[in-house]
Amino acid sequence: MAAIFQGVGAAATLSSSPSNSFVPKKFLTSPRRSFCVPSSVVVRSDGSVNFDLNSKSRRAQQLVANAVATKADSSAASSSSNPGHELLLFEALREGLEEEMERDPCVCVMGEDVGHYGGSYKVTKDLAKKFGDLRVLDTPIAENSFTGMGIGAAMTGLRPVVEGMNMGFLLLAFNQISNNCGMLHYTSGGQFTIPIVIRGPGGVGRQLGAEHSQRLESYFQSIPGIQMVACSTPYNAKGLMKAAIRSENPVILFEHVLLYNLKERIPDEDYICNLEEAEMVRPGEHVTILTYSRMRYHVMQAAKTLVNKGYDPEVIDIRSLKPFDLYTIGNSVKKTHRVLIVEECMRTGGIGASLTAAITENFNDYLDAPIMCLSSQDVPTPYAGTLEEWTVVQPAQIVTAVEQLCQ
Amino acid sequence: MALSYLRSSSSRSVNLLKPLSSSLPLRRPISTDTTPITVETSVPFTSHQCDAPSRSVETNPKELLTFFRDMALMRRMEIAADSLYKAKLIRGFCHLYDGQEAVAVGMEAAVTKKDCIITAYRDHCTFIGRGGTLLEVFAELMGRQAGCSKGKGGSMHFYKKDSNFYGGHGIVGAQVPLGCGLAFAQKYSKDETVTFALYGDGAANQGQLFEALNISALWDLPAILVCENNHYGMGTAEWRAAKSPAYYKRGDYVPGLKVDGMDALAVKQACKFAKEHALKNGPIILEMDTYRYHGHSMSDPGSTYRTRDEISGVRQERDPIERIRKLILSHDLATEKELKDIEKEVRKEVDDTITQAKESPMPEPSELFTNVYAKGLGVESFGADRKEVRATLP
Repeated sequence: MAAIFQGVGAAATLSSSPSNSFVPKKFLTSPRRSFCVPSSVVVRSDGSVNFDLNSKSRRAQQLVANAVATKADSSAASSSSNPGHELLLFEALREGLEEEMERDPCVCVMGEDVGHYGGSYKVTKDLAKKFGDLRVLDTPIAENSFTGMGIGAAMTGLRPVVEGMNMGFLLLAFNQISNNCGMLHYTSGGQFTIPIVIRGPGGVGRQLGAEHSQRLESYFQSIPGIQMVACSTPYNAKGLMKAAIRSENPVILFEHVLLYNLKERIPDEDYICNLEEAEMVRPGEHVTILTYSRMRYHVMQAAKTLVNKGYDPEVIDIRSLKPFDLYTIGNSVKKTHRVLIVEECMRTGGIGASLTAAITENFNDYLDAPIMCLSSQDVPTPYAGTLEEWTVVQPAQIVTAVEQLCQ
Repeated sequence: MALSYLRSSSSRSVNLLKPLSSSLPLRRPISTDTTPITVETSVPFTSHQCDAPSRSVETNPKELLTFFRDMALMRRMEIAADSLYKAKLIRGFCHLYDGQEAVAVGMEAAVTKKDCIITAYRDHCTFIGRGGTLLEVFAELMGRQAGCSKGKGGSMHFYKKDSNFYGGHGIVGAQVPLGCGLAFAQKYSKDETVTFALYGDGAANQGQLFEALNISALWDLPAILVCENNHYGMGTAEWRAAKSPAYYKRGDYVPGLKVDGMDALAVKQACKFAKEHALKNGPIILEMDTYRYHGHSMSDPGSTYRTRDEISGVRQERDPIERIRKLILSHDLATEKELKDIEKEVRKEVDDTITQAKESPMPEPSELFTNVYAKGLGVESFGADRKEVRATLP
C-alpha cells in the first residue's frame, strides 16, 4: 500500500502574519491570540434565513462580483523546505492522473473528448499521445453505457477513471452508478471490488445555464458503497485524485468549473490526501465554518471581513462529502460551540442538510446555538449574471450569518 | 465436478445392470467415451452480415451425457426452487430458467472458464454451469450464510469471481454495458478471451444496449451479445414490444446469428463460432430462440398472456432434455433405465442439498455492515469520536 503523506500539508493553518492573507495551504508557526467568546444564544428563524440575509446585504453592501478564485499569494508556500512547483488546478489533476497512469498500467481514462481533443477542461491534455488510444479512450456520447463499461472493467481489476464532461451528464448514468457501482461489492458478498473513479466538473459559474450548472453531490450522497470527495485547491486536487485512483472503493471526485485556473505551489514529491479527512483551512475560536469546493473561497473572503470586525472563525474544508470526517468536525464543534455550514448545494436535501443532521445527532450537547446552513437557492440556475450570483451564497451573506450566530 | 458424478453414477448403474442384462457383457464404460459423433442440428442457422456456421456439430458420448445430467440437474433445481418459494422459504423475486437450460449448457461446452459470462436475473442455471454448487444456490436463495453472496444478494445476485461469472443483475439491460466493459478489460489485458453478455428479448429494446454495441464495434471488443429470446418480456409478447423482433439483425452493422436455443448442440456450435469471430472481428449478436415454461417470476402464473396449449406444445416438441435423451437413445449410448437413474440420482442430490442448505444459519447481524466498502486507504466507519468502530470492514 502506498504511504499516505498528508501530515503537515493537509492540515493547513494560517500564518500569524498581521496582514492575514488567506491562503489555502500554510504551515503552523506560532499560537494565535484569542478573543473573548460572546455568550448569548441566537434565536434563528428557520428556512427564510437566506432571504433575510439577501435583503439586508442588498441594501447594506455591494455584491462582490469576483468572489471566486482568489489567487494564492506567492509568498505563501515559501516556508516549505522544498521548492515545489507552481501550477494550475487542472494541471495538478493532470499531474496526479499522469503519475498514477505511469505507476499502474491498469489505470485508464474514459470520457468524451478526453483523448485526441485533450479534455474539455484540459485535464487529460496530451495523455492520449503519451499513453495511447487504449488507455485514454474517447467515447461516444453515451454516458449510461460508458459508465457501465467502466464499472464492468473495474470488476475485472482495471482502474478506469470515468470523466463526465459536466457532472450533470452523469445523471444519465445514475442507474449504473447507484445500482452497479455502489452495490456490487455488497451484493456479491465481497467478491468484486469496483476501484473506479468518476470525476467531472459541476457547480455554478460562467453562466452556463440551468442544465449545465448542477451540483450532484446531493443526489449521490445516499448511494451506499461509494465515497465522495470534493477538491478545492491544486494541492488537494492532485492528492485526492491519486488517492481516489488507488482506493479499492468507487470514488466520485467533484471538481468545480470555476476553480480550474487556481494557481498554487505544490510539493515535488509523491503525496496523497486522505480521502476521508477534512482540511483545516484556518483555525479559530468563535465559530466553525464548514464548507467545500468553491464556497471555501467565498468563506475565506468573508473571513477577511470578519477578522477585521473582530471575529475569529475556524474554517474547515470538509473535502470528504461521504463519509463526513466527524472527528475533525467534532473537535472543532467542541471548541467553538457554533456551526455555520456554507455550501453550494441546494437547500433541500443537500450536503448541508445531511451534515446538519449528523452534527446535531452527535454533538448536540456542545452546541450553543442552532446550526446555520447557507446553501444555494432551490431554483434552477438562471442564465442572467446577476441572478446567477444570487443563486449561490455570497461572502456578504456569510458575514451576516456569522454575526447573527455570534450575537 | 459434474463429470466425476457422472462417472460414479454410470459405473453404479452399470454395476446394477450387470446381473440383470447379461446380454450386454462387453459394454464400454459410457462416461469416458470420447469418440466423435456428428449430429446435424434440426434447424439451420440464420445469419445477418456473416456466414452461418455449418449445421454439423461434433460431439461425443461423454459430452452428450454431461449435457443430459447437467440439464436434468438444472431442471430439477428450478422445480425445487418453485416448491421452496411456495413454502415461503424463498422470498422476494425468483426467476426460473426451466426450458432454457440448453443455452446455459451449450454455451459452457463451447468456452473456457477464462471467458466471462454476465447475465440478468434469470441466473440460477448459468451459475451452475459456471461451476457453482447446488448448496451455494439454495443457501443464497434462502438467504443463508452458505450462499454464494453470503445471503446478501438473493436470487438476482449470484456471482462467481473465480470462474468469471459476473452475475446476476436486477435492472433490465444494465448488464450489457457491464459486459462490454468486461470485454474491454479482456482486450486491454490481451487475454484472448471473450465475454458473453446475455439479455432477454425485453432488454433488447434498452438504449444502453445499442450504446454499448456501438462502442464495442468502434473499439473492436471481443463482446458477444446473446439475446435469450423466450418471446415474452414479462407479460408482453415480443411482437407487442419490438417493431422488429429479429433481434439478431438489430445490430445493423454488427453481424448476427439466429440459433435454435432449445438445441444444446446448436448453441454450442453457435458459441464456438461466435468466440472465433469475436476474437478476430469484434462484436457479434446471437439470438437464442428459446422458451421458458414458468412465468416471468413466481408471482406470474405465465398463462394469462399465453395459452397452456402453447406451453405444453413446446414441452412436447422442443424440450431440450428430451432432445438429448432421444439423441442418446438413438445412438445407443445409454439405456432408458440408465437415464432414468441419472434423473433419480439428480433428484436425490437436489433434495439432500436442500436439507443441507436449510441447516445453514442466517447471516449474523454484523454482516449488515460488512462489504459496503472494500478496505483500502483507511476506509473505516468510525463513530463520531473515532473511538468506537461502528462497522468492521473485512
